[in-house]
Amino acid sequence: MRKKLFLGDEAIAQAAIDAGLSGVYSYPGTPSTEITEYIQNYAAKTQAPVKAVWCSNEKTAMETALGMSYAGKRSLSCMKHVGLNVAADCFMNISMSGINGGMLIVTADDPSMHSSQNEQDNRNYGNFAMIPVFEPSNQQEAYDMIYEGFDLSERWGYPILVRITTRMAHSRAGVATRAQRPQNTVNVADDSRDRYILLPAIARRRFRTLLDKQDTFLEASENSKYNQLILPDAEAHHTGIVACGIAFNYLQENFPEGFSNPVLKISQYPLPKKQLLKLAGSCREILVLEDGYPIVEEQLKGYLELGPKVRGRLDGTLSRDGELTPDNVRAALGMSPVVATPVPAVVARRPPALCMGCGHRDVYEALNEVLKEYPSARVFSDIGCYTLGALPPFRAIDTCIDMGASITMARGAAEAGIYPSVAVIGDSTFTHSGMTGLLDCVNADANLLIIISDNETTGMTGGQDSAGTGRIHAICQGLGVAPEHLHGIVPLKKNFLEMKSLIRKEIEYKGVSVIVPCRECIQTHARKVRNKQTVTI
Amino acid sequence: MKTDIILAGVGGQGILSIAAVIGEAALEDGLFMKQSEVHGMSQRGGDVQSNLRISDRPVASDLIPLASADIIISLEPMEALRYLPYLKPGGWIVTNSRPFENIPDYPPMENIMAEYGRIENKIILDVEQIAKDLGSARSSNVVLLGAASPYLGISFDKLENGIRNIFGRKGEAIVENNLKALRAGKEYRK
Repeated sequence: MRKKLFLGDEAIAQAAIDAGLSGVYSYPGTPSTEITEYIQNYAAKTQAPVKAVWCSNEKTAMETALGMSYAGKRSLSCMKHVGLNVAADCFMNISMSGINGGMLIVTADDPSMHSSQNEQDNRNYGNFAMIPVFEPSNQQEAYDMIYEGFDLSERWGYPILVRITTRMAHSRAGVATRAQRPQNTVNVADDSRDRYILLPAIARRRFRTLLDKQDTFLEASENSKYNQLILPDAEAHHTGIVACGIAFNYLQENFPEGFSNPVLKISQYPLPKKQLLKLAGSCREILVLEDGYPIVEEQLKGYLELGPKVRGRLDGTLSRDGELTPDNVRAALGMSPVVATPVPAVVARRPPALCMGCGHRDVYEALNEVLKEYPSARVFSDIGCYTLGALPPFRAIDTCIDMGASITMARGAAEAGIYPSVAVIGDSTFTHSGMTGLLDCVNADANLLIIISDNETTGMTGGQDSAGTGRIHAICQGLGVAPEHLHGIVPLKKNFLEMKSLIRKEIEYKGVSVIVPCRECIQTHARKVRNKQTVTI
Repeated sequence: MKTDIILAGVGGQGILSIAAVIGEAALEDGLFMKQSEVHGMSQRGGDVQSNLRISDRPVASDLIPLASADIIISLEPMEALRYLPYLKPGGWIVTNSRPFENIPDYPPMENIMAEYGRIENKIILDVEQIAKDLGSARSSNVVLLGAASPYLGISFDKLENGIRNIFGRKGEAIVENNLKALRAGKEYRK
């Protein structure tokens, strides 16, 4: 069979489908979004009984996937790295309860922060929860590890964290697929009350069970075909190399005719101890290549540094920040640097910008105009397309920290004495993590203006469903915003003056006010029109 | 055989459909390939690029190392220059001549052309005009692919099949327009 050309994300999605997946529950986030989208498209095209849904946030998504696993079926939950922070409460406790139907959690990390606010390495979460982590090195391995991972998860009774990075998620390669397995039937485990009710007495027992399981996880890593020790013929070597995940590809790129050093490729954690000891025994120092934080390097080095010398991101052999490339790996290997032409000085930066015709533009134009009258104003914004309001020509916002932080920070700043304190948040981010903050504001009668710039979609990630579409107004009312200080408006040029006077009026009001400028994302709108045309042809 | 290709442009210009046609042709040729792309933020009118690597042996890195790309194919003249550090000595630049000016400090065209004066192997063509003259303005990216076709290490008929496979579901008229655009690009010589 001819190989199929898959993005890393798509290889994961197809593998999950082929492994008998019953449901994927996620929240969109670059670079993880295409996994769930692929399964949605598959389900729509084939009418296969696979649930593939966008949830309000990563926590509700992971909990829903856990519920499906509880019922005996195979489930998947996908998110970007910072999304796992949102789901961490669930995540840390799934390793206590364990799972029933096979359950995989995909975290798509973003070293170099191509579209993220940090480059946290979520292999740390695997250590924290003490569950196995898979880190495939290429698209075929991603397919195979996910396909087999559901079996392993079921056999172990624990979820597996699958960690990929941007280059893996968004790179295509040919992938050979396997036969599709039927879905599990509903089957709740007999001992489920002794596992899923995490009262202290049960939780203590479950923690012992998890601790006992560590040997099984270690043994699995040591026997995994995805962890591979490659020892060249000569008996003693100066440098041995540990290459994790896609770092192995960059290493290979620099040794096209095969490795001259001992190499341990790692794609499954906990770290395979046997192989590491063997590697350490065959050389005088170890170079660690890993995309993200120096997690393996720190473990190998140890606080007292009693073993062989360990090199990597901590001693400056590689930069502490930023993603790996074939070039910085080459330098770390001590190979002669490549002479490259510099980027000509004439090349100007071309940052992303809000689309022409985007409703967020109208909102920022009106807000900026009004705030000229209030020089002490501060605007707390959030995660989404509208974060681009930070850039020229708008320069309209002062903060962007995490999903939902606009409303809550604006309240804290208002209570510290900032006036006017304005929050700007999108509709999808509002239903993700803004609603609880709004409830806090209402309860505290905080003096702030909240603008929910509603484009009826999750725009930044390519137009996925937004959980509150059509109901933002009702949600605000339900949370207790006074109807006379809750306004809707269509952000268009013709409403510019009206929007300005609304903003001014609500800044003058000493209490919680919410304005919801609502107009569909122009990209989503254009896509809908295109799809309709294709259907009629 | 090994060809490393950098595709460059501005978000929304359509570099990924060029990648799709080359990828399709490479698979049909039984070649190995990896193609990494940029999603997310950069779609909003920012610079975008894709690394496409084709080889008769398995491809290791998803990213092209410095000074080793055989060709830069760009839908925008300034964007091609952004990836100059990746072009190998003697490599080719095939670029659209028409600037996409969505930033306030876009450099004067003569400064950009002065840079091109220092580049040995290049084809600079107005793909939008050529596509328009053919009566299919939307095929300008395929004109560019045609102009780059001699340097890809893939036979022209495989690229034609790639066009048929990628555009097939849009109907025979669209396939024909794109095949015409591909040939027009190939025949362009300054």
